[in-house]
Amino acid sequence: MSRLSQQVVTLKIDGRDVGARSNETILEVAHENDINIPSLCSVEGLSVVGSCRLCLVEVRGTSELVSACSTYVREGMDIVTHSERLSHYRQTILSLFFSERNHLCAVCVSNNHCELQGQAQALGLSHVEVAYRYPQLPVDASHERFVIDHNRCILCTRCVRVCDEIERAHTWDVAGRGVQALVITDLNEPWGSSETCTSCGKCVQVCPTGALFEKGKAVAEMSRRRRFLPYLAKTKEKSS
Amino acid sequence: MSFLDLDERLIQIAEKASLVYSPLVDIKTFPDWVDLTLVEGAVSNMEDWEKIRNVRQHTHTLVSLGDCAITGNVPSMRNQFSANAVLERSYHENIELYPQIPRDMVPHLLARVRPVHEVVKVDVFIPGCPPPADAIFFALSELLEGRTPDLSAYTRFGS
Amino acid sequence: MMPEELTELAHKEQTDAQQWQHQIHVCTATGCLSAQSDQVYTALTREVRDRGMDKTCRVKGVGCLGLCSAGPLVQVNPAGTLYQHVQVDDVPELVQSLKHSPVERLVCSTDIPFFQQQVKIVLANAGNIDPERIEEYLAVDGYQGLLQAVTEMTPSEVISEVIHSGLRGRGGAGYPTGLKWTTVAKADSHQKYVICNADEGDPGAFMDRNILESDPHCIIEGMAIAGYAVGATQGYIYVRSEYPLAIKRLRNALRRAERLGVIGNNIFESAFRFQIDVRLGAGAFVCGEETALIASIEGRRGNPRPRPPYPAEAGLWGQPTLINNVETLANIPAILRNGGGWFATIGSSQSTGTKVFALTGKVNHGGLIEVPMGMSLRSIVFDIGGGIPNELAFKAMQTGGPSGGCIPETHLDMPTEYETLNQIGSIMGSGGIIIMDETSSMVDVARFYMEFCQDESCGKCVPCRVGTAQLATLLTKIAEGMATPEDLILLEELCDVVKHTSLCGLGQSAPNPVLSTLRFFRHEYLAHIRQ
Repeated sequence: MSRLSQQVVTLKIDGRDVGARSNETILEVAHENDINIPSLCSVEGLSVVGSCRLCLVEVRGTSELVSACSTYVREGMDIVTHSERLSHYRQTILSLFFSERNHLCAVCVSNNHCELQGQAQALGLSHVEVAYRYPQLPVDASHERFVIDHNRCILCTRCVRVCDEIERAHTWDVAGRGVQALVITDLNEPWGSSETCTSCGKCVQVCPTGALFEKGKAVAEMSRRRRFLPYLAKTKEKSS
Repeated sequence: MSFLDLDERLIQIAEKASLVYSPLVDIKTFPDWVDLTLVEGAVSNMEDWEKIRNVRQHTHTLVSLGDCAITGNVPSMRNQFSANAVLERSYHENIELYPQIPRDMVPHLLARVRPVHEVVKVDVFIPGCPPPADAIFFALSELLEGRTPDLSAYTRFGS
Repeated sequence: MMPEELTELAHKEQTDAQQWQHQIHVCTATGCLSAQSDQVYTALTREVRDRGMDKTCRVKGVGCLGLCSAGPLVQVNPAGTLYQHVQVDDVPELVQSLKHSPVERLVCSTDIPFFQQQVKIVLANAGNIDPERIEEYLAVDGYQGLLQAVTEMTPSEVISEVIHSGLRGRGGAGYPTGLKWTTVAKADSHQKYVICNADEGDPGAFMDRNILESDPHCIIEGMAIAGYAVGATQGYIYVRSEYPLAIKRLRNALRRAERLGVIGNNIFESAFRFQIDVRLGAGAFVCGEETALIASIEGRRGNPRPRPPYPAEAGLWGQPTLINNVETLANIPAILRNGGGWFATIGSSQSTGTKVFALTGKVNHGGLIEVPMGMSLRSIVFDIGGGIPNELAFKAMQTGGPSGGCIPETHLDMPTEYETLNQIGSIMGSGGIIIMDETSSMVDVARFYMEFCQDESCGKCVPCRVGTAQLATLLTKIAEGMATPEDLILLEELCDVVKHTSLCGLGQSAPNPVLSTLRFFRHEYLAHIRQ
């Protein structure tokens, strides 16, 4: 791979010629060049899962869409990040997110700091066409400092990844399948009685919505601090 | 209230439109034909259900104003439970003196609170809780000019 | 073991077989077992012994005899008389008849198209050999393909033979097998793996199960040949734990093969070594998707991941990995024994060889069939399947399970080929075929499959997780007559989104049953819509 990482490629993003290293993803290169591609599951410093599907882009010459976060750039690629089709897909995907659980922005701790809410505005989602599902979901406030409200979770698994990859505690994981899936602590025990949780709070800081929050925060008070993440990821990279 | 926050801009609107129906005007029945109706709130009970269908029938452009109308918002929080469970909770469990569920005089609750567009076709959506006056003004100005407003620069869910 | 020993063992078994005047084959695959063929087997063994015929007549448990709908099936050889619906009470009469003429009331004619029009490569041994005895597999040239590959051919020659055969992946997508092998062979790594995907999960499909139950050694041989060709030393068979009999026979076969030395170290006194382990899945449909399957073998949650990198490049534990379906691997020994050229003459030019199907639903003759590629769909339904029972009219043929579609009568003259099936909105799939008659509602069919996909979605990506749930809700609304024309539009829009934005094949193909029924049976949807 070291041989490959030396390669420099040129490609087009939205008609603009850009240069990149061949071990960079489309999303990384786009961000370096101030081209915005929406995404929810990816966050700098954590592994890539490609699950939110918002960063899908068109590659000219192929009919399939690719997720920008998981696709490495290649020489001569011609990428389209915004089109009518992509915009329609992204809006529908966001609608699916909103319909899945009980997202009530107005009374959410993350109101105005929420990435899901932000994407809805950025992508011009004025309403949700599909039917809301209104599942009955638990809130676990057993932890001394933090709360998990599954009603607001979008299963991006940032918490799972940061806990496993950075804190190395692997307290979080996913249980269940399909729409029944939930993030869980330990073997689905209350967070407060988790023996692996170090209470570091990294999961709370990376959560894109109001699913994970600090106790004592009221509506719109939960903002996140994430500057630690790329730094810790680098340190981890060096030590391993 | 947000609507009243339009302040002096209300006069600009009034020059182009006349207010024919509202909870604040004297007319009790919805007029035969209305160019533009702003509707707020979710569809929670049979009265809402009938009213919104009537409004839709007599309206050219129907606007969902605010998160309750668009997403169900706070009223829809009861949707995780059955309507009966909600009534039990409100009128039995939490009442000490003569607990009873009102059957007459109050409209029958729907099984689920619904956003307006799940019941009737909605033409324009102005999200926000509440939608800022700027968003309302922009939307109305555009609509009065015959254009469909893009409100993403003015408002969003929740804000 | 030495190559000569293999030949010697095969000869001995062939000679032994000739001493029997009668051989009674009892199907002991899951289909007939569920109709108590094990009791028939025990009764036959006892009856033969009690009559003192156990020196001249052998009762043998064999794999699938094909016509599952007529089980329990018993075949008396060498005469070849096939008996259907055999019960324990019939046993004395049946054994008695060996000296006279067959028991007419139980005879199942083998002159019918169901038997006459099949071509058997993969199922050649099913119903003929005892799957629990490796000697019987050796007697029908078993492990000769591996012997030939290891002792006489270079890995690239083996691959050329597979390329030459035109064999394509039988798991559903039809990717050229030779090309897949080449990619893994060319990958640069000291450790590579071969995985046999036996995570069969389509409703109505039981091809892989029956192959594993009827002829487990052909999979082991196929995997070993693949291992030799691509340079792998370790193989895994990923099979769902819902297949206990297949697992038992597979494990037994692996033990025998190891003991004989046809897998293990220094195979046929060469430097080639190859080990196989069985890995059990918990029955999640998504684990048939190759990246999810790999995650499951690694002991992680069975979630798919974006491709590329493809498993051929970075698969199991990050190493180059060849993943082939059971039926694909089952074709390999025959290709090696008879040559790729021979294989290519069977079937049609773009889809060579045969295809095994599990034919079920409203047909007169249901069961496990193997037909040459290119046979018309109509022949499968009306010749092999013997048409629709109860004088009802044919309505649709479902292929490809939850990833496939429903084919109407007007398209039945299409040949069974990967491309033609794709053109009409279905897929070849792994081989499940469900026939529906005029009483079936196509909206219900679409709803059934969508609910299946909703249950089986791993939940990782949003379009599949929530999209399938929304589609299932919409289909329920339509089926219950509560839907509006707008709902139908939304249904089609959502199908498009789920198809094009889902992370893996499960989500990408989940809308297919809806799209194909909408294409051919739109009037049934419209009849349900509230105007």
